[in-house]
Amino acid sequence: MSVDFAAMSAAHLRDAVAANEVEPGAAVRGSFARSGAVGAGRDGLNAIIWADAARSTREADALAERVNQAQGSRAPHGSGRELLGVPVAVKDNIATLELPTTCGSHILEGYVSPFEATVVSRLRRAGAVVVGKTNMDEFAMGSSTEHSAYGPTHNPLDPTRVPGGSSGGSAAAVAAGVVRIALGSETGGSVRQPAAFCGVVGVKPTYGRVSRYGLVAFASSLDQVGVFGASVDDAALAMEVLAGLDPLDATSADVPVAPYRATAHESVEGLVVGRPKEYFPESLPPRMRERCDRALAALEAQGAVVREVSLPHTDLAIPVYYIVAPAEASSNLARFDGVRYGLRVQGDGLRGMYEATRSAGFGPEVTRRILLGTYVLSAGYYDAYYKKAQEVRGLLAGDFAAVFGSGVDVLFTPTTPTPAFRIGAVSDPYEMYLNDIFTATANLVGVPAMSVPVGRIDGLPVGGQLMAPHFREDVMFRAAYALERALGEEAHR
Amino acid sequence: MSATAGRSGAERAGGAVVTDAYEMVVGLEVHVQLKTRTKAFCNCSTDFGAPPNSNTCPVCLALPGTLPVLNARAVELATRAAIGLECEVHTTSIFARKNYFYPDLPKGYQISQFDRPLATGGCLRIGTTAAGAPIAVGITRVHMEEDAGKSIHDRFAEATAIDLNRSGVPLIEIVSEPDMRSAAEAGAYLRTLKQLLEYLDVSDVSMEEGSLRVDANVSARPRGETKLGTKTEVKNMNSFSGVERALEAEFRRQCGVLARGGTVEQQTMLWDGARGEVRPARSKEGSHDYRYFPEPDLPPLVLKDEWVARIRKELPELPAARRERFAADYALGEYDVQELTASPAIGEYFEGVARQHGDAKAAANWVMGEVRAALNAGGVGIDQFRVRPADLARLLDLVRDGQVSHSAAKRIFAIMVQTGDRPEQVAEREGLLQEGDDAALAGWIDEVLSENPAEALRYKNGERKLQGFLVGLVMKKSKGRADPKRVNQLLAARAGA
Repeated sequence: MSVDFAAMSAAHLRDAVAANEVEPGAAVRGSFARSGAVGAGRDGLNAIIWADAARSTREADALAERVNQAQGSRAPHGSGRELLGVPVAVKDNIATLELPTTCGSHILEGYVSPFEATVVSRLRRAGAVVVGKTNMDEFAMGSSTEHSAYGPTHNPLDPTRVPGGSSGGSAAAVAAGVVRIALGSETGGSVRQPAAFCGVVGVKPTYGRVSRYGLVAFASSLDQVGVFGASVDDAALAMEVLAGLDPLDATSADVPVAPYRATAHESVEGLVVGRPKEYFPESLPPRMRERCDRALAALEAQGAVVREVSLPHTDLAIPVYYIVAPAEASSNLARFDGVRYGLRVQGDGLRGMYEATRSAGFGPEVTRRILLGTYVLSAGYYDAYYKKAQEVRGLLAGDFAAVFGSGVDVLFTPTTPTPAFRIGAVSDPYEMYLNDIFTATANLVGVPAMSVPVGRIDGLPVGGQLMAPHFREDVMFRAAYALERALGEEAHR
Repeated sequence: MSATAGRSGAERAGGAVVTDAYEMVVGLEVHVQLKTRTKAFCNCSTDFGAPPNSNTCPVCLALPGTLPVLNARAVELATRAAIGLECEVHTTSIFARKNYFYPDLPKGYQISQFDRPLATGGCLRIGTTAAGAPIAVGITRVHMEEDAGKSIHDRFAEATAIDLNRSGVPLIEIVSEPDMRSAAEAGAYLRTLKQLLEYLDVSDVSMEEGSLRVDANVSARPRGETKLGTKTEVKNMNSFSGVERALEAEFRRQCGVLARGGTVEQQTMLWDGARGEVRPARSKEGSHDYRYFPEPDLPPLVLKDEWVARIRKELPELPAARRERFAADYALGEYDVQELTASPAIGEYFEGVARQHGDAKAAANWVMGEVRAALNAGGVGIDQFRVRPADLARLLDLVRDGQVSHSAAKRIFAIMVQTGDRPEQVAEREGLLQEGDDAALAGWIDEVLSENPAEALRYKNGERKLQGFLVGLVMKKSKGRADPKRVNQLLAARAGA
């Protein structure tokens, strides 16, 4: 069968599978074929670092049973067919059975989780098939996917450039047409920034919207599983499957999940879109500004109302983020101690074993953040750093509450200050941290946010960011659908 | 409880002369395992004694990606304990991470509570001084936390084994104010606390099984001084008496240091029960920086006022109230009350017998005598005791109604302890029911008189001292079943006729 599965939306594909027009294993085989053709694996783009084609194909073929049950019925929510036969890629810090879960780190080399993350279970229950684990900055610390123990991932649109990070492997896999849907994780922009760099859609849900059970923790109060889609609809479909209360995650929310795809054709007439001036600084490259303003104009043309707003504490987001995230990380990564699983390097006594294992197992960026986090939590520094940072976090939340309370439905900003940079171009950690300047706020405040393609600069994609009030992913998707529709091919020019 | 906690220096065991110039100041930190079926943050069993690492799952093994989910039952038991300790229960408390590296701490942090504990400001009354003044020990705080695993250093040569069955078991830590002034008071505090927690039914409170552990903070100061001296923390005690002995030993050591003009170093001391001495711990625990911060994986613990009120309302009867009630309702003396309220189970057993049988004093005597002896001999708890209160009450009924003799009752009881059979069954089977029927008794008397005609004649002629002899023969003939009182009456009637 010579069907171009990469050009088929996930919804279209699953309908075709459910209707017995496409074999359930066909798209998964197509995904592996495409992966081979574009070189998504270790010796190519290095987007997918762990895969087992035989196993995934067997799993897909076994879905035939569900196809038979599907005859004569549409694919309603919870049917086990929402993603029937749809290949998906999963970031390497999300626990899967049988494939390794290494977080892009030597310290977990060879580690296979005996349990599965809730998000992976939900995808599989919906009929999706995991075709690979994707590369990432070690323990999700980074904005370029250069800091992986398994080597850097290359941007499919320009292999000399980074795909962004930390979920760069998933973004690249979607951009390269290997999958339409991939899971990533967000702590400060790790889905939205690579989505912007790779010209795909990337969603960071409201904190608590999607279960974190099985997501290896980086900074627990900021972490959230996110999703990449080749289109807004692919992402919305995946979100419908992923969202919802999980009794295994005490921070997951018992808030009803809206049917996000139902908003696909809803008008944005009268929708108030806030344009926060702090996200359009003087230093923003003119062509970035121009692409974003073009997107805003497209929304206006559809009837949306664009309003200048202010989020006055925005410049504090990066300093706050780089206190809170390393602090939590220093504690979350303590379990990688060589005692029970993962790497163990013998040393002189217990302390020697700890030091040798952790020194050999963690890369320099992870080590830097553990040291930073340990420092800010230390006696005598806690009040000055961690406590103060949490107070400022409250101010940031106040900014968003004020804007959304003033009648603004959704905010629009650039996702990143620049398009994808060259591999190796950013060596100063602080310069790298500034990549999160527009994205970290949503994690600190907990609101949902997503990046959608709004154009290109010299062939490199530019992402526009939408942010909505807590649990209003429905409004966010409505704006995203409208933007995608309005921009059409412009989004990729 | 009276005068269990003497306050005069002269009462202290082993008080060397040097200690008389100093006063001991003690505060206790008690870790209590809550009686839940499952662990604090996962569904693993809390059973004691399971094979190593069998009660574990990805969560309590701290596998990457796992998250804690709070056990609601643990919250309920912790709240009940806090209320029983007269604390203020906070409707919002916050879990915090206590960070340190140790192989039996799989997450690299312990989930505990730090600056926003579940409850603060309570009080435990531990008795009265020799002079009769009440001693109330302040409770600083009660907070929830999880246990670590267990490091086993003596099982394998050159290696330490880790058992994570305890990892994640729910605990409360009960921290007292430094309100105790002697080892005896510390002992009284612990015994009172254990009794209270048993009544509250929140823990098995067994030091042997590790469900109750005690660390003691102790300092010495010159008598009359009001400022606290430098304290040390004493650990590694495995019995209440061990705590008392350790406190005495550490206090003597501190007094020695102070008497020589030295200063006490703030450090952790380990009690060596076999040698009866304390020695400094190798690692300096006091120098740890635990880098506490709020646990981001658990939302703040918010308790509804109505829920706390319900727990308070449903609190079981506590020892003091029960002592008062037993004294009033059953007209028991102080000794009996103390004994019958020592544990909630023995009190419930006694009440079961007393209520059904009616004679509280008889019930008390049996429970404190035969029942306790049988329990001690059998080595079982009263919960597993085969003689249920209703059966014992019926046995006492049989005695009162003259259907069995007191000595027969003891034999019947001994059989009930073995078999769990009902007293009537045993009495009948063993032929121990007394015969009170005059016709049957008259038959035996007739036989005895006709078989001993000489004595019968002498008795009839007024030789009353033969009555005991004849009653004895009747009893023998009846194989002990004859009611001796009635036999006496019947014989006397014949003599008088």
